[in-house]
Amino acid sequence: MATAVKKLRKLEHPSSGAAATMVEAIRAGIWEEMERDPTVFVIGEDVGVYGGAFKVTEGLIDRFGKERVIDTPISEAAIVGAACGAALMGMKPVAEFQFIDFISCGFDLLTNYAAKCRYRWGANIPAVFRGPCGSGVRAGPFHSLNAESFFLNTAGLKMVEPSTAYDAKGLIKAAIRDPDPVLFFEHKKLYRLPRLREELPEGDFIVEIGKARTAREGRDISIITFGAMVLTALDAAEELEKEGLDLEVIDLRTLAPLDKDAILASVKKTNRALILHEASLTGGIGGEIAAIISQEAFEWLDAPVLRVASIDTPVPYSPPLEDYYLPQVKDVLDTARKLAAY
Amino acid sequence: MRISTKYAPRKVADGQPRSCIKDTSLTHEQMLELYRYLKLTRLVEERIVNLYRQTKVVGGVYRSLGQEATAVGSAYALRADDFITPIIRDLGACFVKGIRPREILAQYMAKAWGPSGGKDLNVHFGYMDRGFIGPISHLGDMIPVMTGILLGARMQQKDIVGLAYIGDGGASTGAFYEGMNFAAVQRLPLIVIAEYNYYAYSTPTNLQTAVRNLAEKAAAFGIPGYIVDGNDVIACYEVTKQAVDYARTGRGAVLIEAKTYRRKGHAEHDDQRYVPEGEIEYWEKHNDPVDRFERFLLDQKIATKESLEEITAEVTREIDEDSEWAESSPMPEPEGAVYGVFDNSIVPPAFRPRVLEK
Repeated sequence: MATAVKKLRKLEHPSSGAAATMVEAIRAGIWEEMERDPTVFVIGEDVGVYGGAFKVTEGLIDRFGKERVIDTPISEAAIVGAACGAALMGMKPVAEFQFIDFISCGFDLLTNYAAKCRYRWGANIPAVFRGPCGSGVRAGPFHSLNAESFFLNTAGLKMVEPSTAYDAKGLIKAAIRDPDPVLFFEHKKLYRLPRLREELPEGDFIVEIGKARTAREGRDISIITFGAMVLTALDAAEELEKEGLDLEVIDLRTLAPLDKDAILASVKKTNRALILHEASLTGGIGGEIAAIISQEAFEWLDAPVLRVASIDTPVPYSPPLEDYYLPQVKDVLDTARKLAAY
Repeated sequence: MRISTKYAPRKVADGQPRSCIKDTSLTHEQMLELYRYLKLTRLVEERIVNLYRQTKVVGGVYRSLGQEATAVGSAYALRADDFITPIIRDLGACFVKGIRPREILAQYMAKAWGPSGGKDLNVHFGYMDRGFIGPISHLGDMIPVMTGILLGARMQQKDIVGLAYIGDGGASTGAFYEGMNFAAVQRLPLIVIAEYNYYAYSTPTNLQTAVRNLAEKAAAFGIPGYIVDGNDVIACYEVTKQAVDYARTGRGAVLIEAKTYRRKGHAEHDDQRYVPEGEIEYWEKHNDPVDRFERFLLDQKIATKESLEEITAEVTREIDEDSEWAESSPMPEPEGAVYGVFDNSIVPPAFRPRVLEK
């Protein structure tokens, strides 16, 4: 009886009405797209009965069946390749990497096949490749990756990373409807963070890919960031407000193609830019953003463009090590104060 | 599972010339069509070499000389709505799937009228409506892609099969294993033709794999394996036809190994210094797929010398005409490079950014 009730509950449309966590928001987004479009399907490791390592796909198999929720062998090349093939047939695969770290095993097919098909022969690949990214959860060197800079230099892949439940739902729905391949990064630390719970509007909505959002308006310094670091930036902004510094926080949401207009508009307003990201500093997306700002807003700058990022090491496991590795609120405070004083 | 050797190469008595198997359901008309595709493949490649020597081909030239029967015979076993994904040694399979010589010639010459508009080379293009998906250079990748085509087709309730080609080199890649394994688990109608042609670039097969026959790899996936004489076009057709019938009735994937021989180097520039003396000449003299099929057609009185010459003349005329067409194509406009990374109605074309302009 209890199982039957549980099953019934699962079959109900998830998270309507009540405040949703990010994981519920993503699930609801996929669920709704599968309801409205029979070509949408889910593929990945343990996504079926188990519901995925983080339960993003929980309940989908009960509602949509194993034909549309496909458990695969441990074969990321097969997952990406099969998603590409099905997408060529007009299907809309939502492929899961159990952890985004394992995207390296599908790298070849993503960068050489998915990314280049439209350019080479006009065949688009409307597929979403999603999975949990990010550090700060004591998961060590192989379950903590932020992968965006590996793909930033590949033309043909869009990249998205939400930092709110609303954006997560709106962006996953937009990614599924997008005619081109989208890498969808979900910061695992945000999945069930109570602070991010929010009531989502009833009915269909999307968040447009390619558009940043202003997470906090301010006059003095622009912090350009995304993912879990948006929260770090907002915490720092609150601290600095006490010192009379008014920070603007730009949440990029889409990492490729970058919303240059939003970045430049903010920097031209505040005249100071701090780029904050969780991946290692060298070769990170921050360098690209800094180059855009210095090329296109040089005359508006009152100080050098500064970056705060993780140190150039693998992600260490032990809490003191990982905390040192990651940018903390204090690092943002120190850097912002220097920028203000420059 | 046991490997079927029904269509495997057979020993011939000394001095006895090789022909083709006689047990076939092919009509005389179909066999003459097969002959036409074999000649078309060989002569188009010769034309490409001529154009290469005239420096009209921009990139490398890859030949399938000596192994044309594998591509032609196997692809001929498909229905029009089935899919193929060839490798570079399967030009004949492209023609069977309806690709025209002019498209291949324009691709080699990097012309605007080629199917990729100059963005990619040789057989690297595709037509979903013709069931043709060109390969990429990363060997093995097309196996999981074809698996996905079939997965999509199954969800759409289409009973198509997919034929993917791989070489003795490509069968060493991880993507090959992952794709075959997934197709086998899902019982998808994937047929893989593994061409044992002795060399992957310069590397002999004994440095590529420790199995004697590539078909033995079928055991790893729990699917049937076949060995076929890759230089017998009828055997290639028959074995693939069996596999197609097996796969289309929902019984799953099949691996077919075609024993053949690559008589040219990896590409036209390759001096083949790694090939033992006399080996190429042996295959040319005793085991050429076109010679064997000609002998068969004449011995069986399916064709006369004159009728075969007529087919060759017709093929040559087609190539002349298509070659002229391809040469008359303009090169692509340079600015064409910026389009088509994404849907350009959503993301603008990738123009070079203008800097320091007020």
